[in-house]
Order: sequence, then C-alpha cells, then structure tokens
Amino acid sequence: MEIEENYLYTKEHEWVSIEDNIATMGISDYAQEALGDVTYVELPAQEDEVEQFEQFVSVESVKAASDIFAPMGGKVIEINHKLEDNPALINKDCYVKGWIAKIEVRDMDESTNLMSAEEYRNYLESLGA
Amino acid sequence: MTTETSLHFTPLADEHIALGAKMVGFGGWSMPLQYDSILAEWEVNRKGASIFDCSHMGEFIIKGDAVDCGLDRILIQTISDMPPNTCRYGAMLNDSAGVIDDLIVYRKAEQEWMIVVNAANIEKDARHFRASLKPGTHFEDVSLMTAKLDLQGPRSREVLKEMAGGIEKLTYYSFDQFQISGIPCLISRTGYTGELGFEIYCPWEKCKEIWKMILNNATVKPTGLGVRDVLRVEMCYSLYGHELEENISPLQAGLDKFIDGKKDFIGRKALLSRGEETRGVGYFISSSRKSPRAGHKIFDAQGNDAGIVTSGTFSPALQLGIGIGLVSPACKAAGTKIFFGDEKNQVAAAVTKRPFYKNGSLKA
Repeated sequence: MEIEENYLYTKEHEWVSIEDNIATMGISDYAQEALGDVTYVELPAQEDEVEQFEQFVSVESVKAASDIFAPMGGKVIEINHKLEDNPALINKDCYVKGWIAKIEVRDMDESTNLMSAEEYRNYLESLGA
Repeated sequence: MTTETSLHFTPLADEHIALGAKMVGFGGWSMPLQYDSILAEWEVNRKGASIFDCSHMGEFIIKGDAVDCGLDRILIQTISDMPPNTCRYGAMLNDSAGVIDDLIVYRKAEQEWMIVVNAANIEKDARHFRASLKPGTHFEDVSLMTAKLDLQGPRSREVLKEMAGGIEKLTYYSFDQFQISGIPCLISRTGYTGELGFEIYCPWEKCKEIWKMILNNATVKPTGLGVRDVLRVEMCYSLYGHELEENISPLQAGLDKFIDGKKDFIGRKALLSRGEETRGVGYFISSSRKSPRAGHKIFDAQGNDAGIVTSGTFSPALQLGIGIGLVSPACKAAGTKIFFGDEKNQVAAAVTKRPFYKNGSLKA
C-alpha cells in the first residue's frame, strides 16, 4: 500500500496536498484498491462551496458507488476533467494524475483535523490493512 | 444476516485464498468475489476461458415418473417430453404464484432427475419438494457431495476437450457423463455468462484435483462472483433475490416462455387470476457511465414513480451503466425514456430489449 509522504489524509481515505491556500485532493491507494476498477467519477461543479468532511464527489466502481468527502472546506476552483473519459486514472496513479479537485481553502486550521502520512500508516494498520 | 462464523466453505476455500481472492459471504457461503480486477476478469471470460467455483449451488436427485411422482406439478416448465441427457430451465411457485426458486432440471434417465437450485434456497427448496412430491418418492439432497465448476468463454470447449474427450459433441442444454483423469463427472453445456460454456459436476472431494488440472492450462483464469454478476446482467439473466422473489410472479419476471400453459402446476390458478401486473421486468441503458444500482428508484419522463432497480452495474461491453428493474407497463417498451436514481439525483436512461450483450459465443 503506497502512502505519499508529504500529503495529509482523512479517515475516509482521501488525500490532500496543500500549497499556499490551494488544496489538491484525491483518494488514497488503499481506497482505490478497495474500490476496484473505477468506472465513473461524479465531479463537483466549479465554484461549489464545500464544508470540511462534506460529501462532494461520488466515485463508482463496476459494482458499487462510494461517497468522497472534502478534506478541507472552501471553494472548488478546478476539477480533473480527464477523469470524465478516463476514470481508471484513479486506479493507475491515484496520487498524481488521478487527482480529483482543487479547493481554495477557507480556514487553514482545518488541516489539524487531518492525519500525517505517518499517522495514516498507523491508522491503516489499525484497520488491519 | 449470515455471520462470518456460520458460513459454509466449498472444497476450494484454500485455493481461493492462495490465489489471492477477495472473499465475500454469498447465500450463506464464503465465496471468491474477485482474484484480479473485475474488468480484467470480464476480458478473460468474454475473450478466452474462465472458471468459476459454483460448488455452493444445490443439487437434488429425484426418482420416479415425471407425472406420477408429482415433479411435473411442482415445476412451471414441461419436463415429460425432455429427452434423456438434456436440461431445461424453469422455476417452481408457491400457492400465490410467487417464485420459490428458479432452477435447471436434468433428465438423467427416463425416471431419474437432477434439480439444480440456488445456494441460498437449498433448505427451503428441499422442504418444498419433500412436502409436494408424492409420499414415498425418492428425494435426495446431494448438495454437499456435489461440487460444481463452471468453465465459460469462447475458448472453453478447446480447453475442456483435452481433458474430457467427447464434450465437443454436447449441444446447448445437453449433458453426459465423462471422466476427467479417471474422475467421474457430469458435464452439461450450460452457464450463466452468455458465452459458450460448460458446468462440471464432480465429487466434492475430487473437485480440487479437477480445478487445478483446468487451471494448469494457461488459457484459463479463475473468475469470481463479482464478474459473474456483471456477465449475467449483460445477458439479462435473472438472479434470485433480485429479479425473482416469493412475491414476484414468473410473468412479472419475464419467464413467460418457460411456462407450460397446458399443464397444471402449483401456483397456476393464482397466476391466472392475478390480472394485469402493476410492475414487470424492464431493461434499460444509462445515458452515461454512471450506473444504476439495486434499490435505485425509476421515474418516468414526467418524474412520476415508475418502479425500482433490481440489478445494476457498469457494462464493460457497452461502456455505459445498465440496469434491470421492475417497472410500470408504460415504461416497458423499447425506446421509452426513463430516469433512475433517488429523489435528489436522477440520471436519464432508455428502455431497451434484452440482452444488453449481443455478441456472446453462447451457441457457437
């Protein structure tokens, strides 16, 4: 199970990489592995305002649909349109090419609610992963 | 709900784990969901040859004259005209014309029958047979002695004939006795995928040997229940617990062509008196990759409640979502625009004719 060292993680297995006040997010290797082949990503609309941990994306695999939650609150300023035709990018490269959305962060302090890579690794172990 | 500890295991439980399968509870059994990605397993089945462990399914042996022993009256399909060594799909109903189970009848001899039923229904089906057959009729539940392997796919015949000479002569829905490396097997040309394929019934304790022998052929890959469900939805085959239930009639489920209208059978009277059904089975294709899921609602073009999704999946063949549902009569005609989803989010779809997948090697 790969974990990107410099990213932050949620208990729901989203990752986020924050630069200045822009948070790029996606789902972790653990999450894509658990989902299986991603067949559809329901992306949020640009300009959508989301709260931290609010459901704002839905990812479908062959047999199921899963809710994805915003790791940071703010305004959606960019979405990964490549996922519309090629949702399997999430399986192939979940941490780079398979990013889902960029959020303009409202309150940087919300990052204290997230786990570091080290904490996420321990969290996965506690789940028996 | 069945708990983890009470699950049954097939003779291949260790093999599945060793092959890295994700295991899942299904019908009271611990079964492989997938060994590889579901899309990869779909490719193997539709283009090569894949093998499924279906040892969880139930098998009963009944001996007697079709009519005299009461078997004919239990089943909706004709059986008395079946030539020996052929199979026939059908179902049995309760007194109110609901489906107790769908099943395949094998005529092993003039007066010997094998009935193959769904794993989750073995106990209730056995009870129904015992209660409905003429007293004294030979009835035997051989489910736990009989393993079943499904070898399916356009290349299944060339693989299997190397091990069981003569299987290439089997026609669709016929069977015979064969030996694989000295092990007696009943092999039928049947399946649940829409591809050319065979179901191999063998002794429980010999199943592992046959499984390994078949997987020794590099053409064959193991495939799980995940892709099995995708394949059967692409073919519009019913699955008990989804399209078929005790409160759904065979007419609602689209099993019309399997019903023998000339004979008497349990549930017939109720079936004739049901009148026009408010809901019947329908098949629809999503307008996008977003897929319907069992339990989603179906709405007509005006947004009125028009039914419920019973099975849904992403179709690798169509690269779109596909679904089966129980829908109002107005939404059954091919081309009708409908929507699926919940009150908040709906996706456009179009009703179509069965099956979704039309290029299968089934009758090759």
